[in-house]
Amino acid sequence: MTEKHLKEGYYFWSGDVAAAEGAIAAGCRFYAGYPITPSSEVAETMALRLPQVGGKFIEMEDEIGSIAAIIGASWTGERSMTATSGPGISLMNENIGLAVMTEVPLVIVNAMRGAPSTGLPTLIGQGDLMQAKYGSHGSYEIITLYPNNIQEAFDLMFDAFNLAEKYRVPVMYLLDGLLAHMYEKVYVPPREVWEKKIIRRKRARKGQLPYQPDEDMIPPMPLIGEGYNIHATGLTHDERGYPDLTPQAQEELVRRLNEKILKHERDIWKVEEYMTEDADVIVVSFGGESRAVKAGVNLARKEGIKAGMLRLITIWPFPWEYITKYSADYIVAEINYGQMYHLVREYSDNDVYQLNKMGGEIHTPEEVLKRIREVSS
Amino acid sequence: MSQMTDMRKMEEEWLRTERLPHVWCPGCGIGIVLNAFLRAVIRRNIPKEKMVVVSGIGCTGRTAGYVNVDSFHTTHGRAIPFAVGIKFARPDLNVVVFSGDGDLFAIGGNHFVNAARRNHDLLIIAVNNFTYGMTGGQHGPTTPTGAYTTTTPYGNPDRPFNIPHLAISLGAPYVARWTTYHVNQLQNSIYKALNMKGFRVIEIISQCPTVYGRRNSMRSPMSMMEYFQKNSVINNKASYEEMELTYNGKIVVGEFRNVGGIPSYEERYEEIIRRAQE
Ligand SMILES: Cc1ncc(C[n+]2csc(CCOP(=O)(O)OP(=O)(O)O)c2C)c(N)n1
Repeated sequence: MTEKHLKEGYYFWSGDVAAAEGAIAAGCRFYAGYPITPSSEVAETMALRLPQVGGKFIEMEDEIGSIAAIIGASWTGERSMTATSGPGISLMNENIGLAVMTEVPLVIVNAMRGAPSTGLPTLIGQGDLMQAKYGSHGSYEIITLYPNNIQEAFDLMFDAFNLAEKYRVPVMYLLDGLLAHMYEKVYVPPREVWEKKIIRRKRARKGQLPYQPDEDMIPPMPLIGEGYNIHATGLTHDERGYPDLTPQAQEELVRRLNEKILKHERDIWKVEEYMTEDADVIVVSFGGESRAVKAGVNLARKEGIKAGMLRLITIWPFPWEYITKYSADYIVAEINYGQMYHLVREYSDNDVYQLNKMGGEIHTPEEVLKRIREVSS
Repeated sequence: MSQMTDMRKMEEEWLRTERLPHVWCPGCGIGIVLNAFLRAVIRRNIPKEKMVVVSGIGCTGRTAGYVNVDSFHTTHGRAIPFAVGIKFARPDLNVVVFSGDGDLFAIGGNHFVNAARRNHDLLIIAVNNFTYGMTGGQHGPTTPTGAYTTTTPYGNPDRPFNIPHLAISLGAPYVARWTTYHVNQLQNSIYKALNMKGFRVIEIISQCPTVYGRRNSMRSPMSMMEYFQKNSVINNKASYEEMELTYNGKIVVGEFRNVGGIPSYEERYEEIIRRAQE
């Protein structure tokens, strides 16, 4: 038996396949999932590829079981992942809260489709941005990343796993109906190169309690099977992991769970700034939609309008400093009724306009241009 | 030292004694089950770092918080898939799911059914107290027809799961039922099951005098134990009909199924890895 790893070269992949291959390259060795369009090719790729590298794939009975299984697997030290789409995320939300509360690294792919409900299974939506952060009950922070091309769908998986491991937190990895099924060329560097990018979990010092944070507010994670006698519970707990049902324990724990992310937001943020330097109007966008936005911005520049684009690669924690930094007007282009619009408005001193479609398709560059013209006249 | 103090000492090593007293009511049966479990584990000489206990939510679900091994108090109904993740990732560990009947068969029923079908290598200790203890005694998927609970104030109109029948129909290689009155049989059953592979299910009929017994003319723990004593019949060869539980009726207990040689999911996946790397 020999493990079969990706070879250096160019591949022609869909976003789903690139995300799955990126995850495996980034060290993922455990996948549990339940099929749903447009994410199913992630599962199919994992089923084929994980056993080739000694990893494990299991198709569970539903998404609730899937996320429960990857939380369990993550405690054994495996980099663990699941993939789904909106309806599946809705089912996973209770256990996303468990992973937040018990500080378990996970990567959850959400290939967003038109919604609510069953919506438009094969077509793009961007309606799950708020759900990504606010889906489970309670007040908490998680990390959300969102690529906009297939090369990035592969590359960004390293960030997804590294951030999950570093901050002991679930990372929501957004794709959309467009990216999931779109094919592009992807360059995969030699294995020695990408393996260097993997950041491993930090190990506990001798005698350190399982939920005793280091100075960075993150407790090193003990692993199952190594004699730590770990206890983890979704109840409010102390540094031993034991239930402590007091307002004091709640204050200490939940404050830390939020702050371990927010105090490191600059380490997490990734944003593409495109022609923003001198811009009078900046279009904020992300994912599949941002491809049309860039084309629209280019058209506007040709007409002499000083337009630019901010592409959020990190959605959560919201990269607010990129908004406060500019004194331009903003247009928030998104395939929903207006979600990130509210965040941009919160941080902008100038006017913020919307450009929305409810789902199924992205804007055309001409529609983007038209909106830029409207707000800059 | 007497044998009894020896055993007590060993059991204490397996308990998070600093967390005692526990949350269970006086007279509750869960402690009896935990005691039987610990004794069986100690007799089996399983190293502590090789044992993992996973619970859901409920009174029984609190067990994970008292055993001094890697132990997880998860979400309501999800103990089995959580345990599946651990076992599949680390097949060398002994993974035990210790949870209540509502957790395992109502909200978690789909996971029970499918994990049994796939024959994951897990030992399931299912404490059946006929009710949702933690939330104050509502009716659940094991409440006998006719029984009184806070949500069946006129008697229960629906009918309970026949857990051994369910488990056997899904191909579980080891299926037994005991009551908290049958402490030795229970301990032996766990002892035996710990040494087997595949999806092993032990149902324990347990007393909840606080929220179930008192609404069903068994106010004291003793009266519930007397009910178990007087009405239990050991019959390893019981038919599925005989395994049905009825309101204050006969309780057929025993080791209903014990077969070896069925490969577990984890074993079958080794072959998948071999094929993938051919
Ligand atoms: C999703 C969800 N729904 C409901 C509850 C409330 N709840 C907690 S324990 C429980 C029932 C427990 O009953 P059982 O599993 O039979 O265990 P017991 O307490 O009787 O040991 C319920 C309904 C919950 N915690 N989570």
